[in-house]
Parts: sequence; C-alpha cells; structure tokens
Amino acid sequence: MSLKVENLSFSYGPRKALDDLSFALAPGSFTALLGPNGAGKSTLFSLLTRLFTAPKGQITIAGHDLGQAPLKALAALGVVFQQPTLDLDLTTRRNLLYYAALHGLRGPAARGLADEALATLSLTDRADTPARNLSGGQRRRVELARALIHRPAVLLLDEPSVGLDAASRRAITDHAHRLADRGTTVLWATHLTDEVGPTDRCLILHRGRLLADAPAGQIAEGTTLTDRFLALTAETA
Amino acid sequence: MTPDPLHLSPNIPQGGPGGGARPPGPAAGRYLTALGAILHRELARFLGQKSRLVAALVRPLVWLLVFAAGFRAALGLSITPPYQTYITYETYILPGLLGMICLFNGMQSSLSLVYDREMGSMRLLLTAPLPRGWLLFAKLLAGTLISLLQCLVFLGIGYAWGIRPPLAGLLAVIPALLLTGLMLGALGLLLSSLIRQLENFAGVMNFVIFPMFFLSSALYPLWKMAEASPALARACALNPFTQAVELIRFSLYLTPNWPALGWTCLATAIFAAAALYGYDPARGFTRAKG
Repeated sequence: MSLKVENLSFSYGPRKALDDLSFALAPGSFTALLGPNGAGKSTLFSLLTRLFTAPKGQITIAGHDLGQAPLKALAALGVVFQQPTLDLDLTTRRNLLYYAALHGLRGPAARGLADEALATLSLTDRADTPARNLSGGQRRRVELARALIHRPAVLLLDEPSVGLDAASRRAITDHAHRLADRGTTVLWATHLTDEVGPTDRCLILHRGRLLADAPAGQIAEGTTLTDRFLALTAETA
Repeated sequence: MTPDPLHLSPNIPQGGPGGGARPPGPAAGRYLTALGAILHRELARFLGQKSRLVAALVRPLVWLLVFAAGFRAALGLSITPPYQTYITYETYILPGLLGMICLFNGMQSSLSLVYDREMGSMRLLLTAPLPRGWLLFAKLLAGTLISLLQCLVFLGIGYAWGIRPPLAGLLAVIPALLLTGLMLGALGLLLSSLIRQLENFAGVMNFVIFPMFFLSSALYPLWKMAEASPALARACALNPFTQAVELIRFSLYLTPNWPALGWTCLATAIFAAAALYGYDPARGFTRAKG
C-alpha cells in the first residue's frame, strides 16, 4: 500500500476531529476524500503532512512509518495545500527550484526536473513570469508542478480546485487521474461531489469518521452522489 | 472531448513516482542545499525591498542623530569600561542601537513567521523532509544575517558621523552581533509559536520590545539607573538584552566581557530550546489552526 492510515484519532481539546480512522490506498490509485466543511479533512491532511502528530494511530507513506521515519515518509509525499503557498515575488521556475532545494535537489538535476514539471503542466512559457502575474488557474498549476518535482509516490491535494472555474476544475481533476494512471497514488480532498467520477474510489468523511468507502457509483445506489452524500451526512448530523 | 482551459499536457514523464528524484549522496548535502535555498530566499526578499532597509535604518538613526544630540547635554557620563576616556552620548548609545536593530529584526521575523503560517507558506517549509529544528535554524540564521547586514550599514553611517571605534573593533563586533541576532531571532521564533493570530502582534511591541529596550543598558549605563532606582537597575542587569548590548559594546572596543558572553549564550540556548518545543509537531502551534 502506498498510503495507509490505521486507527487514527485526534482531538482539539474535548472536540474529536478524527475518530479511529483507517483506510489504505493502493499504488497508482485515485481516491476522492469527500466531506462537508469541518468533517476532519484538513486535520487529516495536517497529520498526513506531519504539521502535527496524533497521539493515537499510525500513518505509513510508501512503506515508511511517518512516526518512526518521518523524513523518508515526507520525501515520498507531494502536497498541494488548500491555501496558496507560492512566493509571489519569485518567478515560476524559482518557486519550483526553492521547493526542489527543500528536498535536497539542486544544480542541473533540479533545473532539469523543474523544466520537466513545467512542461508537463504546460507552463514552460510562464517559467520566468513572477507568480504575482499569474492567474488563479495558472498558480494552481504551478503548485501542482511544484508538488510533483521530486516525483513523489503519493500526491495529496487539499481542495485544490477552490477558486477555479468549472472547466479548470475538470482539467485539473483529469490531470490528477492521468497521474494516478502513471503510478502516482492520489488522494483528492473535496467537499464538491461533482469532482468525483462514478468509478472513483470515494471515502466519505463526516465528523471524523468514515461513512462510506467504495466507488462513487456504488455509494450513489441508483441516485446521485450529491443526494446520497447529503442523506448520509444528514442521517448522522 | 472535455475542454481544457489549463492546457494540461497528457504527457506525464515516465521517471516514475516513488522518490525517484531523491538526491544521491550524504544527508549533509541535502541539509546544506535546503539551508542555502532558505538563506538565499530570505536575503533576496530583503534586498528586493529597499524600503525595508531604509525603514530599518531610520529608526536607530533618529535615535543617534536627534535623540542623542538632545540628551548629550542632559547626561554626564563618567569614564567606565570599556571606554578609556570621556565619551559623547552618541558613542555610548551606538552599541544599544545596534542591539535595537537586532531586536526589531528578531520581532519582524516573528511577525513574518506568524504571517507565513496564516498564509500557508509555513506549511510548505515544515513539510520538507528535513528535521524541523534544522528548517527553523535556517530561518533563524537568515534573519540574523539580515540583522548583521543592517548593523554593518549603520556602523558605516556612524563612522561617517564621527563615531569611530577602533577599526579592529569593527571586525570583533561581528561575532557579537551574530550572537545577538541569534538570541533575539530565537526569541522571535519562540513568540511566533505562542502568538495565535497576527492581530495579537501589537502586544509584542508593548510587552516585549519596549520593556526589553528601555530596561537595558542601551540608553543609559546601569550605574546611572541605580542612582534612580536600584530595583530597576537589577531588572536591567537581568535582562538578556542588556547582556547582549554589553557584549557588543565591549567587543567594539576589543575588551573581553566573559559574563556578558556567557549570559547571552545561555539566553540564546534557552530561547532556541523553547522555540523548538513550541514548534514540536506533537504539541505545536499548528494544532490550533487545524
């Protein structure tokens, strides 16, 4: 398994944010993590990226225990955060090279990887443009290119389509699917059901617990995923 | 066919996922690469903001050129080490103003760390596959080098203004300034782990910068303060900022001051350890933000 979460629990004081959460993602799979606001998605992403650690439970990334071998586990991880994290004063390429250096990559090797990532996301002509001058969609693409520069085994995307128009959202989800087809394990967190395809594996998170784990079409049970999602989260509300 | 306004290429390189781009060689190389990148980024950002350099220098220059001129007549200073002769008030407060530059810089880094956290770029840094202590040290060192740069420019202006410590003192003061920068940067780091929101930062001005600066030997010697209030003089002596200012003062005049060096090192170690504790992922600041 590329990403394995076992019995993960986390509380903010008395409020439980994650309650005995377990799931595993196979290599080269695309999984949507669907949950309403406040479901625990951001907490899960903070724990997966080790911004903080949980007192209970275990996370394994590409075979490395995040608690025991955090540096190896983090090296196998690419992340697109919900908040914009580009340095607006730097050019697109320099943003990528800065991130590459944080992963220990420099010199011609880093430049080669940066150029490759820029080409993959059709950003070559924007390489020397300061991030400040890019559109919202372009900035998201740069963040995606940056997250892929070190060729991570696992790619986490935390509501990456926030602020994008419908067509751009579709384009970026399609690209994430292509990445999964080529071997990257993708976990896509969203609260928008229309970003989840019927064949996508879908984890529905609500109040820190998994309510469903199956292909979206199967969860929908003859109705739409939106209706089923609303019903599921209403039942337990 | 789905329209693709983002023009994402379907050709994904076949290098393969799974840390395929992990650099070869010893870990030390990776550490230094990241350190170099963080230093370069912070220095380039500082040098790109000319107004920040000017603003950073205006504050101590106003004290030196206006405040000190006004107070020169009011304050009589006797000969105290490390000075060999009567000195002007401008000469006396120069080390204190160098300390002030480091103090404001340390707090400014703290402010930018809180901002980075709110904006998300702190997340990017902290998810790098390097020990958190190292990443924070890199930030701290970057802030310290920026302080040093400002101090050297300020010393140059002071020299031109006629405040001329021995030339060798201008070299000897560099390690003292670096240590002071590290101490106050570590304090800033610690504060940034405690401050939850940017709005709370005004409190830092009131409760950290002002007491630290005024309850020190930056503007008046401790014996002068003791004449006014022995209790306040004791408080000044306990202030790590006083020790740092004295270290700068003595270094500038090539006189060793081991107690000041010892206390400054100790305060640096305590602030750094506390900051590391504050940023520990098992208990850290990031929790509250989720």
